Amino acid sequence: MRNLIDLLKFGKISERTRVFILISPAVFWLFFFFLLPLGILLVYSFCQPNTSAPRGVNWEFTFDNYVKAINPSWSSDPDFVDLKPVILRSLWLAFVNTFICLIVGYPLAYYISKQSAKFKTILLILVILPFWTNFLVRTYAWIIILRESGLINTILMRLGIIQTPLELIWTRGAVIVGLVYGYLPFMVLPLYASIEKVNPSYFEAASDLGANSFQTFLRIMLPLTTPGIIAGSILVFIPTIGAYITPDLLGGAKVMMIGNSIKMQYLTIRNWPFGSALSFIVLSIVLLALFFYVRHTDLEENGS
Amino acid sequence: MENSIVQLESITKKFGQITAVDHVSLEILAGEFFSILGPSGCGKTTLLRLIAGLETPDSGFIYLHNKLINSVPPYQRDVNMVFQNYALFPHMNVYENIAFGLKMRKMRKEEIDQKVSNALELVGLSGMGLRKTTQLSGGQQQRVALARALVNEPSVLLLDEPLGALDLKLRKQMQMELKSLQKQLGITFIYVTHDQEEALTMSDKIAVMSAGKIEQLGTPSQIYDKPKSEFVSNFIGISNLFEGDLKSLDNSTLVLNTPDGIEIKALVNDSTYPRTAIAMVRPEKIQIDTQKPEKEVNFLRGKIIDIVYLGTVMQFKVRYKNRDVFILEKNCNKASEYSLDQEVFISWDFNSTVILPES
Repeated sequence: MRNLIDLLKFGKISERTRVFILISPAVFWLFFFFLLPLGILLVYSFCQPNTSAPRGVNWEFTFDNYVKAINPSWSSDPDFVDLKPVILRSLWLAFVNTFICLIVGYPLAYYISKQSAKFKTILLILVILPFWTNFLVRTYAWIIILRESGLINTILMRLGIIQTPLELIWTRGAVIVGLVYGYLPFMVLPLYASIEKVNPSYFEAASDLGANSFQTFLRIMLPLTTPGIIAGSILVFIPTIGAYITPDLLGGAKVMMIGNSIKMQYLTIRNWPFGSALSFIVLSIVLLALFFYVRHTDLEENGS
Repeated sequence: MENSIVQLESITKKFGQITAVDHVSLEILAGEFFSILGPSGCGKTTLLRLIAGLETPDSGFIYLHNKLINSVPPYQRDVNMVFQNYALFPHMNVYENIAFGLKMRKMRKEEIDQKVSNALELVGLSGMGLRKTTQLSGGQQQRVALARALVNEPSVLLLDEPLGALDLKLRKQMQMELKSLQKQLGITFIYVTHDQEEALTMSDKIAVMSAGKIEQLGTPSQIYDKPKSEFVSNFIGISNLFEGDLKSLDNSTLVLNTPDGIEIKALVNDSTYPRTAIAMVRPEKIQIDTQKPEKEVNFLRGKIIDIVYLGTVMQFKVRYKNRDVFILEKNCNKASEYSLDQEVFISWDFNSTVILPES
């Protein structure tokens, strides 16, 4: 131990060795607990499922799991359940959630950026406050609000506005509400950072040059806050694609997303290879989204 | 008035407890180079922003072309502004910045191209349209900001300390260019600055502001030669002030006695003055000599305690009792005859003495 400290202190070792020593804990952690499991998953996704075999697979290479996920009629088992609707629904819900978060989050971020420094801090803390409570607990709270005998139905019936309870929970709408609630902060924070950076004199200059509020928003505000819009959208889109708790609790069996299907493959049906293939499909969608993000930010940096 | 283009009537603007502009009334004539001069925080920029429509007055009326424009939004006012930090749109190139105002007016593409290229030529940036604004030097950015405002052919151009960020040499050059541009285009310029020299050299008329109020309004020579208050005389150039009691006033000659025993005579027009007043004399109006002056002039005897060579002039500081008097001598040959600690006579004509009302 004494030796190691001396080595770090007096720099008798090369810069490269020192850097290696410093980053090795992170590297080992990521290798053993992230890359290796991911590798195992990748191997599984190319194996044949066999629930009676040890480890649940036959170690024979096949593309069949991926083909099944995309179109079962091309696979070895044409009657296999078609998950295309689930994948498309996941994509659709991710887009809708991102869009709603953007529409709701932009005015909110703008409003926060216009407040005094002290009030700004309070509002930003309020935005991230939900993170201090477990996500699962917060989603259960939505069940209490939305269920048949829940808050909304009780109030509406007491007021005599409706006679029979509305079907709120276990609908697509409930899932969207839950997703927007869960991911809105991820949209607001980068938007806020981006809007805050824009010098207000640009808006004054635009107004002075004959642009009304709408034109100023369209031609000055929107282009100058594009980095925030893209960052926020990526941050919302990526976790929504793999969302599991929200559709599970608020959507039930009717509004399944990929996350729920993967869980079912692993824990209920015990088809690990197929679950692995689904996981890699989600991963590729996420990587594709990240690729566009990185390319866009590269362009931004080269452009200015 | 027929010739007036901007009129302010008793404009007041408060920010919380602070009154930035306090019952200001002004009339600015068409084609004038009008400067608003004052120290920082005096309300001069607020006054400009009120005219631009970026602020709304708490009370009072603003007229443009004899029409009340209090409630007209900035984007519908026939004025354009050059901002202090230029406020060039960072996501647009030079061409797009200048074309912005014309695009907002839905002008045809060919017409915009023509006007933008004319504007670029006007400010000496021909062929730079496709440059990014971030690639330009401070002086070039300033020219783009000017072109972006001028291309809209406003009735009034508002300039908010536009040369503040430039170095001295470039500032002098831009002062000349702005002045000649203003003459050439015949557009009314309202120019806000804290630099008294800039205001004196460029303006047709100057309003000196202090604490939200206009201290004095007049031509540069009126402001410099006949300041109305101690504030104006101190803010514009160097001044020597002598506070004293009124001794006599007859045949338009006023006599003032200072507590330290100087008798100062001044030629005045008014017939009544308060019991105490301040006499002001500019340093370049004072002569320095080894002999007692023979003519009838104000004079006093003192010791040279400081000599500064300023290139074209010499500045002396002469001490009389506890009082220091500044003198600027243009004749450097004559000035070099004097040395530190030398006893000298300093003198100035009666009509170089300006009586300020006690303030």
